[in-house]
Amino acid sequence: MGSIKDKVAIIGMGCSKFGERWDKGPVDLAIEAAYEAYEDAGIEAKDIEACWFSTLMSPVNGISGTVAADGLKLGNIPIIRNENWCTSGHIALLEACMAVASGAYDVVLALGVEKLKDTGFAGLGAGRGMHPVYEARRTAPGSFALIATRYFETYGLSAEEGKMTLAKIEVKNHDNGSLCPKAHFRNKITVDTALKAPIVSWPLGLFDCCGNSDGAACAIITTAENAKSFRGDPIFLKGFGISTDAMMPHFRPGFSWTSFDALVNSSRRAYEMAGIKNPREELSLAEVHDCFSITELLIYEDFGFSPRGKAKEDVDSGFFTRQGGLPVNVDGGLKCFGHPVGASGLRMTYEIYKQLQGKADLPERQIRNPRLGLSNTFGGPPQMSAVAIFGNEKG
Amino acid sequence: MHKVGISLCGGYLPIYRIDRKLIADNWGRSCLGGERAVANNDEDAITMAVEAARNCLCGVNKDEVDGLFFATTSAPYQEKMNSAMIATAADLKRDIVTADFAHSLRTGTGALKAALDSVKAGSTRSVLVTSADCRLGYPRSDQEQNFGDGAAAVLVSDQNIIATFEGDYSICNEMHDVWRNPEDTYVRTWEGRFILGEGYTNHMVEVIQGILKKYQLAPKDISTAVLPASDLKTHKGLVRKLGLDPETQVQDPLLSSVGFCGAAQPLLMLVAALEDARPGDLLLLANYADGADALLFKVTENCASAGCRRKLRELLDHNIMLTSYARFLSYKGLIEAMPGEPFRLFPSATVTWRERNSIIRAHGSRCQQCGATAFPVQRICFQCHSKDQFVEVPLADREGEVFTFTLDNLAGRSDDPVIVQTIAQLEDNARFYGMMTDCVPSEVKLGMPVKLTFRRIYDGMGIHNYFWKLRPVIKESVSNG
Repeated sequence: MGSIKDKVAIIGMGCSKFGERWDKGPVDLAIEAAYEAYEDAGIEAKDIEACWFSTLMSPVNGISGTVAADGLKLGNIPIIRNENWCTSGHIALLEACMAVASGAYDVVLALGVEKLKDTGFAGLGAGRGMHPVYEARRTAPGSFALIATRYFETYGLSAEEGKMTLAKIEVKNHDNGSLCPKAHFRNKITVDTALKAPIVSWPLGLFDCCGNSDGAACAIITTAENAKSFRGDPIFLKGFGISTDAMMPHFRPGFSWTSFDALVNSSRRAYEMAGIKNPREELSLAEVHDCFSITELLIYEDFGFSPRGKAKEDVDSGFFTRQGGLPVNVDGGLKCFGHPVGASGLRMTYEIYKQLQGKADLPERQIRNPRLGLSNTFGGPPQMSAVAIFGNEKG
Repeated sequence: MHKVGISLCGGYLPIYRIDRKLIADNWGRSCLGGERAVANNDEDAITMAVEAARNCLCGVNKDEVDGLFFATTSAPYQEKMNSAMIATAADLKRDIVTADFAHSLRTGTGALKAALDSVKAGSTRSVLVTSADCRLGYPRSDQEQNFGDGAAAVLVSDQNIIATFEGDYSICNEMHDVWRNPEDTYVRTWEGRFILGEGYTNHMVEVIQGILKKYQLAPKDISTAVLPASDLKTHKGLVRKLGLDPETQVQDPLLSSVGFCGAAQPLLMLVAALEDARPGDLLLLANYADGADALLFKVTENCASAGCRRKLRELLDHNIMLTSYARFLSYKGLIEAMPGEPFRLFPSATVTWRERNSIIRAHGSRCQQCGATAFPVQRICFQCHSKDQFVEVPLADREGEVFTFTLDNLAGRSDDPVIVQTIAQLEDNARFYGMMTDCVPSEVKLGMPVKLTFRRIYDGMGIHNYFWKLRPVIKESVSNG
């Protein structure tokens, strides 16, 4: 396979405030994110030659890129919408990068918008699938919790030990989120709070589940060659990987439920392109898909951050905290920053971008001397993973 | 002479029971005693008939079943062939005769008589007669306590007969005693003394005396009288009038343990009688509604070897008590509890039709290149990627165990809030993903043995969406194959 390492760079990013944005529609959220990015890149809307737009359901399906076209008045440029579950934002970003790398465009926008709080329901709801019979009552927590039950069994964790490990991940993410002005949830919690919370889908409790939020995030991308003419500190794409498992995990014969090929393959491909041999040592920070606490735990292992079955030890030692060896979800993750589905991949990348520039909004949460950062989303039944790795220097 | 009769039989009872005292106490009324069976909120007459049919068709070559009849007064569809759904879910072949029998509590014996005549005439080799009912009595009425939900199935055949059909006698009588109009939710009745005395008792006596006379028999010749009745007092009175010994000659009417299951009661009691019968026994089945039917069966030597998957006694013993009258009402659809999460995915007639072999028949596919098995049917093998090189394999009767699960509080109804999302590992390494039903969620464990059961998973757009769920396996006795 080919590589576009160091061929494209992000020169501007924007991210709306995430949360229950009752008084803002999808268009308002898009404007909030896009105009921050224009200013950041020092460009105007008319400079954008193409837009990759991602949303799961905002405001409805089957309306192409109308939110971006009507909301941002982007002129007569191509607007390409994609829906790829939770990876939609990453797919918009990576498709935009590939378009620039191909030479077809010089300056493009990747925009993700989600307005979950217009549906009248607290969560994504039941019936999350493609089939009206087989997946009639499938929910997101109901699918990801299947991983937890099996993970505990496979690695010999009692329900108490398993839940305690997951609680520590959430304490970390809440601690991180408390320092993020744009995050949905900014409260700190204790292990006890997490363990005593109501069960959503056993063994997952309330604090094991991410926020259902409104939000938008975007990136402006140009060639690595031209990037420095826009700003002195562009962020370069080092590698990426996208993988969709061949068969939905629920029906896949023999499936372990403790490791997903999509996660393993997408990260391996991204490491190869970026030239990373030991992600645990080489990455400065990572934003991974913590839709549920168990997902983050699973990703530690599938991404090679922790040895198989040993993630608990790294959680216990604080390896993934801001002060640890590999800080993960330093902006609070999906859990606290929020999870407006189509925007999430771009929001994670926004954090990586700011950290790599040394421009985290509050100095106390700035990672010291970062070099390489990874962002990842994992979505569907679950089935699909996207990974992007960025660096602040070429080479 | 061409002998026909019953070669297999199987009953079905929903897992839930409610103590009649719970109903009575809610109304400050006297309790009629005992408990009644209550269909789960994912069950109806179709699903219960399917379970009875599957229980009955144990060790039989399904290709020899030439017909399926379904008798009920509570058909989920007013217009649409319910028996076609049952025959498909029971995975019978396509070139069979199916028919719905309806509108009367005599429809169960009517369907049985039609099946016996059909096999006797030689137009079919065997016909599966199914019957199920879940009728509703007015809240506060005696019927609310007395009625039960249940199903039964018998295979009528001229091979391997366990009870030979010896003869029948019927009376037709028009009277308004028990009825239901198209717009009615509940069963209507005239004055009790009229319907039980002039109606039920007199006609049951007349039809039984008629059949005894026709075949030159005396009451003492009857080994077991199967006499469905709406209440115990009336049943006792009838037995006394007929001069039968209540201790030795009368089948338990199942009223204390199950309740009166409407159109299904005659076949359900017949199944109970056949499960306890001995070779040489003469069984009398009589059934009342606008007249009466009586049928005689002689039990053969084959009865000892005949088996169904789950004996009625086990179904009776294995139950979960419903502890709330409000839940009883909402399970019956009589009060609307706060809705749970709405459905994003609506039933589709075309999807279900196109994929009926997987959705209704529970067929998976087995790759002819590498042998891998999967559910639902996969055109491209998940293992060796060969295209369209598969044979369909029925998975409904496969053993399975829980591979992983979660107790999902988000997806359920507010009156039944926990959905046990389950991945089951079936034989041949196939996986089935579905909801677990008929279980106590807190008792679900990894490795727990489970089986598939046919249920109504939800309604939408006026369509009842039927599919399979998983249920814990209770002790299952004999199996004949």
